[in-house]
Amino acid sequence: MAKTIEEINEKIKKGTAVVVTAEEIIGIARDKGIKKAAQEVDVVTTGTFGPMCSSGAFLNIGHAKPRIKLGGGRTYLNDVPAYAGLAAVDIFIGANALPDDDPRNKVHPGEFNYGGGHVIEELVAGKDIRLVATAYGTDCYPRKRLETWINIKDINEAILFNIRNAYQNYNVAANTSDKTIYTYMGVLRANLGNINYATAGQLSPLLNDPYYKTIGIGTKILLGGGIGFVAWHGTQHNPNVLRTEKGVPKRGAGALAVIGDLKQMSPRWLLGTSMLGYGCTLTVGIGVPIPILSEEILGYTTVTDEEILAAIVDYSNAYPNLKADILGEVSYAQLKSGKVKLKGKEVPTASLSSYPRAVEIANVLKEWIKSGKFLLTKPVAPLPGVESGITIKPLKERPLE
Amino acid sequence: MAVSRRIVLHFPKRIVERAIVCRLAKDYDLEFNILKAFVTPEEEGLLVLELSGEQKEYDKGIKYLTETGVRIESLSQNFIRNEERCTHCGACVTICPSGAFEVDPKTRLVNFLNEKCVACGLCIKACPPRAMEVHF
Repeated sequence: MAKTIEEINEKIKKGTAVVVTAEEIIGIARDKGIKKAAQEVDVVTTGTFGPMCSSGAFLNIGHAKPRIKLGGGRTYLNDVPAYAGLAAVDIFIGANALPDDDPRNKVHPGEFNYGGGHVIEELVAGKDIRLVATAYGTDCYPRKRLETWINIKDINEAILFNIRNAYQNYNVAANTSDKTIYTYMGVLRANLGNINYATAGQLSPLLNDPYYKTIGIGTKILLGGGIGFVAWHGTQHNPNVLRTEKGVPKRGAGALAVIGDLKQMSPRWLLGTSMLGYGCTLTVGIGVPIPILSEEILGYTTVTDEEILAAIVDYSNAYPNLKADILGEVSYAQLKSGKVKLKGKEVPTASLSSYPRAVEIANVLKEWIKSGKFLLTKPVAPLPGVESGITIKPLKERPLE
Repeated sequence: MAVSRRIVLHFPKRIVERAIVCRLAKDYDLEFNILKAFVTPEEEGLLVLELSGEQKEYDKGIKYLTETGVRIESLSQNFIRNEERCTHCGACVTICPSGAFEVDPKTRLVNFLNEKCVACGLCIKACPPRAMEVHF
């Protein structure tokens, strides 16, 4: 029954493609069986919406008159430093960047109310952003100072380029110490007061394509409410982790580097975010379509929260000290029940990733495909799989003599 | 009929030194549980109370407070969720000590149960998109 992406695209153009979400496919496959479901369904849409720290945007602001070379100088957007190590007017704003005068964690836990993620959100929302830059001046770029408002609609390019997003599974965070800790996994109360998790589980893109059989470099996706592409495998892409019998990674595994035109995106799907005591970041919405090319691929998309296991990691000790120990394994179904039994204690659970918004993304993408406005792409190269032998390496520290 | 409500009392500068709240118990047989109390930078007194008693006496007590010059608001008017910013992630659920946030098991939407809020303010900074707002 194998189908091709070309055949599926023909159906999308005719408006006859059958598109369902990764949540809906579970019931469909249960009722009809994998074989029949694979014949009937053409595309399964996935979604995720959570804080994704390795995110940022390249902006080309256009040349001032007289010209200024920002490269090698210093540039600020709403007081948040933007990277200016490129050419004259290309800058990069990273989601974690903070104003120089932000007190950080001087009074712990720091609030981190405004940073790079918030600049990106305001830029996307069409708000004017204050650009202040200093440069050293050259014969061809004589100006040494620039202070101006910029707006996304006026600048040449605004490109979201996130180097590691949409993690395939992730740690579940706990705190066994006797004091509250403030982490990128949220506020973790003492003595296993709560545990936090961070993926959309059964709706999450790479958990529905565990061996990267359809998602690859060049895959067209929904990014920040607009259209984007998978640019590369995400940094720290780590396919060789423990997996269940069905191939679902039991630890943080693959990841995606994604790129897209920020000008098409929406602040509803790119939200400046503050993690108390940790820093600023950007909450990103991503939806990835999975073409049902075979029964095997459909089988992967039927993964349920019961079948996805994650490791509970102690963020008061194992995580900061880069120790591999875990406190246990837990399924997303258990996590979503609101309580998990751990070390003889019933520990309440909370999510950092929004499941209702992930559902919404999967549905938006489904509608785009059904209406014919979003065709599927064939990857131009695969993501490194298990056979690549790639594993994540710690830093090899060599002290400076 | 017995009632129990969470209210915010604003005491203007001129009456902050008067004994007022104790009269609710003495004269109107009302019970109160102080959830929060402080003096604002403008030297206005602010008190968040859970006030309970018989409806008739409760109404009289509120009338007494109003006549004394105390401005009264319901707590639900002061602690609000900015629906534009809330993503329904659920990070607040385990932070709130009074269980004012509940996840709907079907939709996974987070409901803010205003009546359970004790105005501690822990959710304000723990909310990643900063959707919780306090307007005392």
